[in-house]
Amino acid sequence: MKVDSFKYIPRLLGAFYQNIDRKPIRPIPWSPLKLPLTRCKFGLVTSGGLFYKEEEPPFDLEREKREPTWGDPTFRTIPTGISQEELGVSNLHINTKDVMADMNILLPLQRFNEFVAEGRIGGLASFAYSFMGYQGHPPNAAEWHNTYGPKVAQKLKAEGVNCILLTPS
Amino acid sequence: MPVLARTFEAAGFSTILVSQIPYLVETVGAPRTLAVEFPLGHTLGQPHNIPQQKKVLIQALDVLKSAKEPGTVIHSREIWPVPQKEALKDWQPKEPSPLIKMMTPHFLEMAREQRKARRDAPQDKNRRN
Repeated sequence: MKVDSFKYIPRLLGAFYQNIDRKPIRPIPWSPLKLPLTRCKFGLVTSGGLFYKEEEPPFDLEREKREPTWGDPTFRTIPTGISQEELGVSNLHINTKDVMADMNILLPLQRFNEFVAEGRIGGLASFAYSFMGYQGHPPNAAEWHNTYGPKVAQKLKAEGVNCILLTPS
Repeated sequence: MPVLARTFEAAGFSTILVSQIPYLVETVGAPRTLAVEFPLGHTLGQPHNIPQQKKVLIQALDVLKSAKEPGTVIHSREIWPVPQKEALKDWQPKEPSPLIKMMTPHFLEMAREQRKARRDAPQDKNRRN
């Protein structure tokens, strides 16, 4: 079975995705897995627009409303022991009701804590990171690539992380 | 998000991306991807459907473990348990995003022009013969 990328995308939005001129970037980087998963420490990164309500502000949706072709490129830091009630979601591109009910559909903190307890993976970093997926129109991920991605990479490296699971919204 | 996967992979991490839009991932190019036919906003499953979330995550870990070359995309066989029409409506924001609001008149105009061009085009040769 091949996944149909557009099965759940309205026609207008699908045409929109297909009309964006995205150039293949080659070669694709490659860091081979060096350890068995049972010894790998994992970092989790989502682009769902999640944030830790007590500590950090939401993504800048007010500016996006004023400037619809701009998307907030910054990231938020989320302790991996956070409870559902402590988590906020700022994202104008999805209905946030389901992720507000269960973060695991975008940021699988509870599932990964279970994986650690079961011995399926070696460990989970103390902090997960969230970006907000919409990066303007035409999409421009340059700030992710040049500034904010490397900052998150540095933080995960400092925690001894080997593997990263990425979950877009 | 394939861009971030590339950024992290280039920094020395082994990355696994789960994506509903392999079309986009294949264009840009990500190291390892599990593609899922799920609605947006529901990358790992339905809220509180723990068996489904675990199944997807274990598939993702398998792709991470077994992929041998950059650009690997494995398509999950998981089926979204909600009818397409309903699922398509469920995930979308109540109010269209600012960009969609701004672009909609432009797209409707494009669609109108395409329809008009089809109407005005001369009939194709096969029919004329």
